[in-house]
Amino acid sequence: MSILVNKNTRVVVQGITGKEGSFHATQCKAYGTKMVAGVTPGKAGQEVEGIPVFNTVVDAVKKTDCDTSLIFVPPPFCADAILEAADAGVKLIICITEGIPVNDMVKVKRALHGRDVRLIGPNCPGVITVDEAKIGIMPGFIHKRGVVGVVSRSGTLTYEAVHQLSTLELGETTCVGIGGDPVNGTGFVDVLPLFEKDPETQAVVMIGEIGGDAEEKAAEYIKQHVKKPVISFIAGITAPPGRRMGHAGAIISGGKGTATEKMKALESAGVRVVKNPAEIGHAVMKALGR
Amino acid sequence: MNVHEFQAKQLFAQFGVPVPRGKEITSPEGATAWANELNTPVFVVKAQIHAGGRGKAGGVKITKDKGAIAGLAKELIGKTLITHQTGPKGRTVHRLLLEEGANIAKELYLSILVDRDTGWPTFIASTEGGMEIEEVAEKTPEKIIKEAIDPAVGFQGHNGRNVAFALGLQTMEPAVINPFVQMLGNLYRLFMEKHAALVEINPLIITKEKTLVALDGKVSFDDNGLFKHEDVQKMRDLNEEDPLEIEATASNLNYVKLDGNIGCMVNGAGLAMATMDVIKLAGSEPANFLDVGGGATKDTVAAGFRILLKDPNVKGIFINIFGGIVRCERIAHGVIEAAKEVKITVPLVVRLQGTNADEGRKLLADSGLKLEVANDLWEAAQKIVKLTGKAA
Repeated sequence: MSILVNKNTRVVVQGITGKEGSFHATQCKAYGTKMVAGVTPGKAGQEVEGIPVFNTVVDAVKKTDCDTSLIFVPPPFCADAILEAADAGVKLIICITEGIPVNDMVKVKRALHGRDVRLIGPNCPGVITVDEAKIGIMPGFIHKRGVVGVVSRSGTLTYEAVHQLSTLELGETTCVGIGGDPVNGTGFVDVLPLFEKDPETQAVVMIGEIGGDAEEKAAEYIKQHVKKPVISFIAGITAPPGRRMGHAGAIISGGKGTATEKMKALESAGVRVVKNPAEIGHAVMKALGR
Repeated sequence: MNVHEFQAKQLFAQFGVPVPRGKEITSPEGATAWANELNTPVFVVKAQIHAGGRGKAGGVKITKDKGAIAGLAKELIGKTLITHQTGPKGRTVHRLLLEEGANIAKELYLSILVDRDTGWPTFIASTEGGMEIEEVAEKTPEKIIKEAIDPAVGFQGHNGRNVAFALGLQTMEPAVINPFVQMLGNLYRLFMEKHAALVEINPLIITKEKTLVALDGKVSFDDNGLFKHEDVQKMRDLNEEDPLEIEATASNLNYVKLDGNIGCMVNGAGLAMATMDVIKLAGSEPANFLDVGGGATKDTVAAGFRILLKDPNVKGIFINIFGGIVRCERIAHGVIEAAKEVKITVPLVVRLQGTNADEGRKLLADSGLKLEVANDLWEAAQKIVKLTGKAA
């Protein structure tokens, strides 16, 4: 088992003929993911690495039964692309694009509310279920099938954690990048219940960072509903207030969203918080009694 | 991106939000000329810097004497203001706002931003105008009024009335209720149309003449939305930004200057923050945040080196790369080439992990460059801290 995506997931890539889109569609396909369609308006009939290109997501769904979209469309057109996927009936939308204006995302999030569709991202590395489907830009080879679910607001920091889990032979089930933007589709609290229910996942690594209160919300949820061990690292204990640390959402504003606050909330919910990012893997070992 | 108060007020005026008559001033002569035109009983001269707390720092002057204005302008322009938001170095004043005074009957607080929890634009209002809103929220949370606006339909009259009556405008001054509701609608339009991150009026005043006036104004913009607004881009004041940060932006690097002495260069924002944290854990302090992005090349690494070395506080450099799609041996080549171009005068520790890390580390070790190679994050952090003279 796994969460969100598996070997049966059928993926359409929006923005497939762009530099990023074509490169990563190829990489995902090489990993074994079912990459069944691509969309670039006006380029129907072309192929990218044997993947047929369509003008619209509606066409792609009709012809290929794709159920998941992977988006590389540039920021000015990205809100439109997400809504196009939702309107075409795609059930899972994974948006890699970084730099979408917040107020565009405000409207997108509102438009998706209450509908049978899940948005992951934007500004995220994507989702991978190890040895089944890689739907994103993460390096596939660092992963090893195992027992740990990973959910994170960051990209390379997730790779760091995954590398430790794989090296220690713990391995991962599914790794979900929820993205570094202040308004996103899926939060920690949406992913945690999926891992809690997944029989193969024995522990969860949750990687947070400064800004917002997603970690505090997660702490509340964990306290009430999560029985599996959760191990967490929060980046940015040295970050100054009022400064954006790379990610649009990584900012301490009005004294809120500090790493210390988040760690405290998580610790009080029984989460094992590691202060040293090099210790994530070992902390999971300990939590699982290995 | 932040803008000055006078620019915020220009935007307010453009969107029908009442502001005092005022103008940006850059010289004493300009001040006198505008004072003559203003012709008001009370003049207010306000230093324009991107930081709060200007009043307490002596950056705001009030006078009834038109003849004194040139002198006040002369005194303020070029002055360094130190407030609780500028840091100990303070900010140099380059421009002023000269505007008419107002008869204050009551001061309120009003702002709009996106509530990250709900993802909805949300007004925040309080009867405690002129105070730091964080302080009000901390000490008297019952005095904070919140009204979320459904982005599907936008601002509605009832949103405005909810805020107006919660503030108690009906007892304060019923005449301002309708203008207040209208003002909130205008602020919502400004916020959404201009891709603002924050619009704040503190204080929003009710005058003795029963009108509403935005006596102060702060607007900051979502950097991701700037490409849609040339007029907003033109408001950027480079005097208010760190020169190294300006240089970094020009090279497409994400850089934030800090006060420590270990410069770091990392791929990815989360890992960059974690690298800063691990430097502190190892007993030192990071000199900066620097994310060279996913596709670090020789050129980006060289640009990163140049920026790090311009910071006189930097006593050592820590490069931390997790190779994903980017292969480590390419990064290693980049570091070697860049190190030839830029003379590196401080200890350097390079930690490579991920795709082709072994190859990359070997290239670095054989390069003849004076550097230490590491494969583990913690080991690398301890090494650089030790090399810069602080034991972990």
